[in-house]
Amino acid sequence: MATAAARPRFERDTENAIVAGLLAGLARRLDVDPLLVRIVFGVLVLVTGGAALVVYVIAWPFVPGDEEAGRPATKTERWLRRASSPRRLRLAAGVGLLTLATLLVFRELGIWWSDAVIWPMVMAASGAALLWAQSRAMQPGLEVEPEAHAVATTAAEAPSAPGLPAPRRAGAADLYRGGFGVALVVGAGLLFLSANDALGGAREAVLVAVAAIAALALILAPFLWRLGRNLAAERAERIRSQERAELAAHLHDSVLQTLTLMQKRADNPREVATLARRQERELRSWLFDGRSRRTASLATAIEDAAAEVEDAHGVPIEVVVVGDLELDERAAALVAATREALTNAAKFAGDAGAVAVYAEMQNGAAQVFVRDRGAGFDPERIPDDRRGVRESIVGRMERHGGKATVRSTPGSGTEIELTLEAEER
Amino acid sequence: MKPSVVIVDDHEIFRSGVRAELEGLVEVLGDAGSVEEAVRLISERRPDVVLLDVHMPGGGGVEVIRQVAETNPSQRFLALSVSDAAEDVIAVVRAGARGYVTKSIGGEELAGAVARVRQGDAVFSPRLAGFVLDAFAGQITEAEADPELDQLTMREREVLRLIARGYLYKEIALELGISAKTVEAHVSAVLRKLQLSNRHELSRWAVERRLVD
Repeated sequence: MATAAARPRFERDTENAIVAGLLAGLARRLDVDPLLVRIVFGVLVLVTGGAALVVYVIAWPFVPGDEEAGRPATKTERWLRRASSPRRLRLAAGVGLLTLATLLVFRELGIWWSDAVIWPMVMAASGAALLWAQSRAMQPGLEVEPEAHAVATTAAEAPSAPGLPAPRRAGAADLYRGGFGVALVVGAGLLFLSANDALGGAREAVLVAVAAIAALALILAPFLWRLGRNLAAERAERIRSQERAELAAHLHDSVLQTLTLMQKRADNPREVATLARRQERELRSWLFDGRSRRTASLATAIEDAAAEVEDAHGVPIEVVVVGDLELDERAAALVAATREALTNAAKFAGDAGAVAVYAEMQNGAAQVFVRDRGAGFDPERIPDDRRGVRESIVGRMERHGGKATVRSTPGSGTEIELTLEAEER
Repeated sequence: MKPSVVIVDDHEIFRSGVRAELEGLVEVLGDAGSVEEAVRLISERRPDVVLLDVHMPGGGGVEVIRQVAETNPSQRFLALSVSDAAEDVIAVVRAGARGYVTKSIGGEELAGAVARVRQGDAVFSPRLAGFVLDAFAGQITEAEADPELDQLTMREREVLRLIARGYLYKEIALELGISAKTVEAHVSAVLRKLQLSNRHELSRWAVERRLVD
């Protein structure tokens, strides 16, 4: 952050947070000790009879946390993010504030009965708004709002499992949010009753209600449980059929298309072989490599280079890789030299069968062997115009502190050895 | 006498393809498309070598080897697969296959590999050599490690490296100035270590395929 040095923005300081980091963030913004802000806040809470606490809670979702700057979110933070969708919480807070304003206007105008209703009314309104927004989102067939999507994906800490429908994952958060709304409404009712000293009389009624609810829960539990199980089974089935559909789609896009293409090109064996080879490689990497494929890896880069040359020249290239290294500048030079060696082998010895590549990378050093079974040539007598070997392979390796050796015996093929020693640190 | 083989693979097209390629080079006694069929056919016909697919429904090649070994522990297997996953290949070799070649191998080369497995030698394709070098890379730290089994000798490493580089056995012999028979001996020693070693990487691969409870 460029502004951080001059004057920090007002953000929740999640690192020094006690609850949400609002006060700590304010202290950072004002450049004072957090303790001072906290004491002032405590005094404010006492003076305003708790209203400052409400302001704190309302301000929470509006003030951005600073975890975007790379700091991990606190536990409360993560819970809140999971439990609330900013838009719905904002809606609830807004409804609450509007109710508060309306009540205050009425009070000012003299149309008033008791101060005791203010907080219960505000809480009930907020809770109702939250539940309302909730039930709308849960309506079946209704498009899930895009923000619910976004929340669901940010809430999942690990990358989302593929194939799992996103709205489903929002389920737990929905429950939290719904519970929050219900708690607000019920709390409002209790607060109202207690403020009017009506709770004493209501106690027995509450007891009866609780007993009735408990009995109802016992009666309904098996049905609910079965319903939940059915839903889970249905969901598992859906995921399975989704996977099947994905597999079918992939096979159609790749394998079936290639087979059709091969039938059309049946009169050109070389092209058919190339097509089959490319398809094999693609399917293989789809089936097996998905988990191990890394970017910026020398092993992957060499495999990719071999695949490209194979496609361009229609010569099968067998690649064996042991170990791996980071793909830095020197490694990239090694890949380029390997590509050149492979291209040469494919061009001049492609008719003599497969070209073998063996790459070994260990302890920071790398060694690549490219072997063909062509006619071979005398390395001492490379014509001056054959710049490929001298410039692109030997020269390039030497410029990057490596070495290239060409071993060729007329009649039994050529092997090019490329070496990069471990870099001294 | 030509070596006799049974081909085990769950793909009909592939079985008839291998049959056609081996025509006149080896004697094909039969082929099987499932684990039970394979086990029955192998105990019935007693081929010199079983050409075994790694991936099959019902437990794959590993299961075939396990069931046949109960009645005939000396039966010889050669794994033949398109599989690229190291753990699959290592698993079937550890179960008892005497080698691994990829399905892209030509007919004559395959017949040569069959002949070698019949003699009790090991057959390493470049890819298998790469897997083994990977598995035996680095130093072992475990105190209880058996250096006899858990480490490759310099020579064995050299031989494997040359196989991975695409050298034929006789070219390796020429390169290292040893006899072809000695090359065979080194490869067989590596196979033994591969099957018996408890090296961490090998056990890990086995666990990933749920071979170890």
